[in-house]
Amino acid sequence: MSETTRSSVRKTYKLYIGGAFPRSESGRSYTVTAPGGEFIANAAQASRKDARDAVRAARSAQPGWAKATAYNRGQVLYRIAEMLEERRDQFAQQIATVEGVDLTAAHTQVDASVDRWVWYAGWSDKLSQVLGAANSVAGPYWNISSPEPTGVVAVLAPATPTLLGLTSVIAPAIVGGNTVVAVAPDACAVPAVTLGEVMATSDVPDGVVNLLTGSTAELAPWLASHLDVNALDLAGVEPGSEMARDLEVAAAENLKRVVRPSAGYDWNADPGLKRMKPFLETKTVWHPIGI
Amino acid sequence: MANTGIFEYAPAPESRSVVDLKPSYGLFVGGEFVDGSAGSFKSVNPATEEVLAEVAMGDEADVDRAVAAARRAYDEVWSRLPGRERAKYIFRIARIIQERARELAVLESLDNGKPIRESRDVDVPLAAAHFFYYAGWADKLAHANLGPDPKPLGVAGQVIPWNFPLLMLAWKVAPALAAGNTVVLKPAETTPLTALLFAEICQQADLPPGVVNIVTGAGATGAAVVAHPGVDKVAFTGSTEVGRLIAKQVAGTAKKVTLELGGKAANLVFEDAPLEQAVEGIVDGIFFNQGHVCCAGSRLLVQESVAEEVVERLRERMKTLRVGDPLDKNTDIGAINSAEQLAKIRTLSEAGEAEGATRWSPPCELPDRGYFFAPTIFTGVSQAHRIAREEIFGPVLSVLTFRTPAEAVEKANNTAYGLSAGVWTDKGSRILWLAQRMRAGVVWANTFNRFDPTSPFGGYKESGYGREGGRHGLEAYLDV
Amino acid sequence: MCLVTAQLALDDAGLRRLLHGLPPVDQVGADARAAKLGTRSIKTTAKAEALDLAVRMVDLTTLEGADTPGKVRALCAKGIRPEPDQPECPSVAAICVYGDMVGTAKEALAGSGVKVAAVATAFPSGRAPLAVKLADTVAAVEAGADEIDMVIDRGAFLAGRYAAVAEEIAAVKAACRTNGHDAHLKVILETGELATYDNVKRASWLAMLSGADFIKTSTGKVSPAATLPVTLLMLEAVRDFRAQTGRQVGVKPAGGIRTAKDAIKYLVTVNETAGPDWLDPDWFRFGASSLLNDLLLQRRKLATGVYSGPDYVTVD
Repeated sequence: MSETTRSSVRKTYKLYIGGAFPRSESGRSYTVTAPGGEFIANAAQASRKDARDAVRAARSAQPGWAKATAYNRGQVLYRIAEMLEERRDQFAQQIATVEGVDLTAAHTQVDASVDRWVWYAGWSDKLSQVLGAANSVAGPYWNISSPEPTGVVAVLAPATPTLLGLTSVIAPAIVGGNTVVAVAPDACAVPAVTLGEVMATSDVPDGVVNLLTGSTAELAPWLASHLDVNALDLAGVEPGSEMARDLEVAAAENLKRVVRPSAGYDWNADPGLKRMKPFLETKTVWHPIGI
Repeated sequence: MANTGIFEYAPAPESRSVVDLKPSYGLFVGGEFVDGSAGSFKSVNPATEEVLAEVAMGDEADVDRAVAAARRAYDEVWSRLPGRERAKYIFRIARIIQERARELAVLESLDNGKPIRESRDVDVPLAAAHFFYYAGWADKLAHANLGPDPKPLGVAGQVIPWNFPLLMLAWKVAPALAAGNTVVLKPAETTPLTALLFAEICQQADLPPGVVNIVTGAGATGAAVVAHPGVDKVAFTGSTEVGRLIAKQVAGTAKKVTLELGGKAANLVFEDAPLEQAVEGIVDGIFFNQGHVCCAGSRLLVQESVAEEVVERLRERMKTLRVGDPLDKNTDIGAINSAEQLAKIRTLSEAGEAEGATRWSPPCELPDRGYFFAPTIFTGVSQAHRIAREEIFGPVLSVLTFRTPAEAVEKANNTAYGLSAGVWTDKGSRILWLAQRMRAGVVWANTFNRFDPTSPFGGYKESGYGREGGRHGLEAYLDV
Repeated sequence: MCLVTAQLALDDAGLRRLLHGLPPVDQVGADARAAKLGTRSIKTTAKAEALDLAVRMVDLTTLEGADTPGKVRALCAKGIRPEPDQPECPSVAAICVYGDMVGTAKEALAGSGVKVAAVATAFPSGRAPLAVKLADTVAAVEAGADEIDMVIDRGAFLAGRYAAVAEEIAAVKAACRTNGHDAHLKVILETGELATYDNVKRASWLAMLSGADFIKTSTGKVSPAATLPVTLLMLEAVRDFRAQTGRQVGVKPAGGIRTAKDAIKYLVTVNETAGPDWLDPDWFRFGASSLLNDLLLQRRKLATGVYSGPDYVTVD
């Protein structure tokens, strides 16, 4: 008997929609390669129908997620950080492979991503205090303004940094009670699907985060024009490009809130409130004060 | 014996002699009235169809001049002034509005057709209040919780509607100036006159030339303001249709945009509601300002158990509404702003009848001249009817019913709009439950159509984005 | 026997369910509605008619410990002919006095058509045994009072003893009919002590259900006395009560209404709330003393075009 080396069991990279990991309904896949051209995986190539399904999943999850207490949402986001931390090496390996960076840089990106989830987790129960207001109106009325989720947010994640980019567009959208359909382009698919696995084991309710891997150029127009999507983050689109403009025009059809891409955006910098605010509606409630 | 005849109320007209109308008006650019380069148009009193004045029709060249004046004023004066100095100019404007309140109110009613009671008691005082409120912010921007060093955006292009001409001007101009921007404002085609009087107020206040510029005109003029490359910020209040065009127009630019658009608000009345006040709220919600209100409570959703009673009380109350001369102090419902709007209201009302809803108006005589429409309610309306979905922007109420709170919420939110909502119930926990679920930027519980400068206003979904009023309204004019 | 308790066999709990089942009142909304009605602008002919109507609705009142027959007679003379030199000026509706002055007033008003109203039931506090209150009422009725202005037991009302309040009103109503008399019963709610608009509404219904011919806001001895919003609520109550039972009940705001301008606001409120059926002295009254002179001054201003002064109307 000759000694045999054991072959590894490879992961099938699928989409993450409504808490499940389906293949693309189109049956298509694409090859994810390293910057050097080496084969990494076959990822599911999401179609417009997958996008539609993801929006449907996000919509049905949204009221429940919004209704969860801010404390609960914060804990769920923190749980994502915990799960991510535990898979630190796995993510670092994947980042190093798909981005072609060394492991140290990859680890730095994972750490930054974990820290970012923790940062946003802490925001859930502070948003209304920071962004809300008790308004002193000139009359016998109690009047308070509070930030409320806008609904379903489509985010186009940047190609790089893969994990930090995904994290930085998904976390700010969901922390306030929105649900997300994220497009993870090209090689980003690899850490994205692993992030989906993190979501699936982090108490994130099904449908709150939906991940589509494939081509931004193919999927974005469908999401930008989808009338049941309330907001659009164009992070993954070239600033000033024809595509950015076209998507914004498509989004105008139902007056989506649009975050335009910005040139030279530094994903490592303190993100501030800029990615949370656009996805929060200020709701002002009035009531008379009387006996 | 009843004395039925006594309280017919003799006419109580407000004198229009306080208003000194010129036969024609130019554009207000760089602190002066200048001739427009194109033609002119007429502003008409919708209650009498008489021409009030000829007003310049601004074209692209005029807009360009106005933007240049605004830019110059921004670069050379306004952005360099300390906040406390800007504040004093804005306070001064607030005071002059108060001083000339009667003149403004009469002019507003003449040009717009709204009852003098409303322009006198709502529009003008609230406009002054907005300037007063935002004046106080001018030197406190660093304390607005919008970051350590908020900066103005530059030149703001503002396009406002005809339903609250002066008030919408105030909502736009006051925060823009407080934040340190300069302004090019395009008033509505049918109601330019109070904006032109406001230009005089700016002169009286010695506001530096070019800080506020007013370019009168029609849709094309507004489009030129929005499209102008020298405009850094676009603020628009008006229809969703035009808002959509603007959103497309500014796509791919760096312009910051706020849009306050249409609505089809649900006004929810539960069986335990304070019914008498609810009826007032319904009346106020739909008949205030002839229903020309983006946040009007145009869909009454009433719990089936009290539907009949509420509608009956509403009908009785509607019989006391007085329709007619906007300048009569006892008029509750004035003139529809334009022949065009009147035609739209008629078309949609006819659609309501054709679709099988039951139409009712109290007996009331409408004046022979001018554009008038009797207050109208439709009962037996279903969600599928056009009058339950489309914004009528007139004194027309659609009445629908619901059985449970969940059904009420579902029906209320079943619209592409999301500007406002009303909730009437005596149960505190239910109010909060409902307020949480309404997909609307303003929720009035046991009241309706309340406005205040401190209080953010603006919509969800196709009712637009951004907020006006309060700290939030300030943010719309700052780079934070 | 009380109408409510007899017909509906309701005890305190039953009455509570009934009264608390009325639609609630939002205070701010009610205030806002009243304020809006107050902005109606009444001019020229309508104003002249309104002023005369208001004069005809006045219950000219003196309720002082220092009242004397002389004072009451002077007031009666004024009530019959408020403007001695203007015969077209109408008389007031009634002269309102303490029970012991009924005889004097009756005599002074004989043949004038002006009615005598007497406050009774241990006015203004109402704190006396029922027997005393009934005796008070009977004495006034026997002395010729056309109308009795009773006070409800606010203590009982606030303690939720609704049946006691109802039974007392019913008993006083019966006393008004002593020996074939048929004095009208005005029931004073003393709204200033009821504190909330919900209470005003409930007390209005309780009084009407118990047989009141009129519901009246105040004694005039407690502040706040009549206010426009409270009167608005009571007008809504009488309107709804008539719609449900077919019986029309009058409303009388009393205390604090001092100017013609105020009075006209009340009339506008009557007109637009209960409706023109109530625009009549049989169904709406002002309990007032100084109001009359201001109405007269405004009548003069309207007639002559110049502002008049207090020296030109009589002081009584």
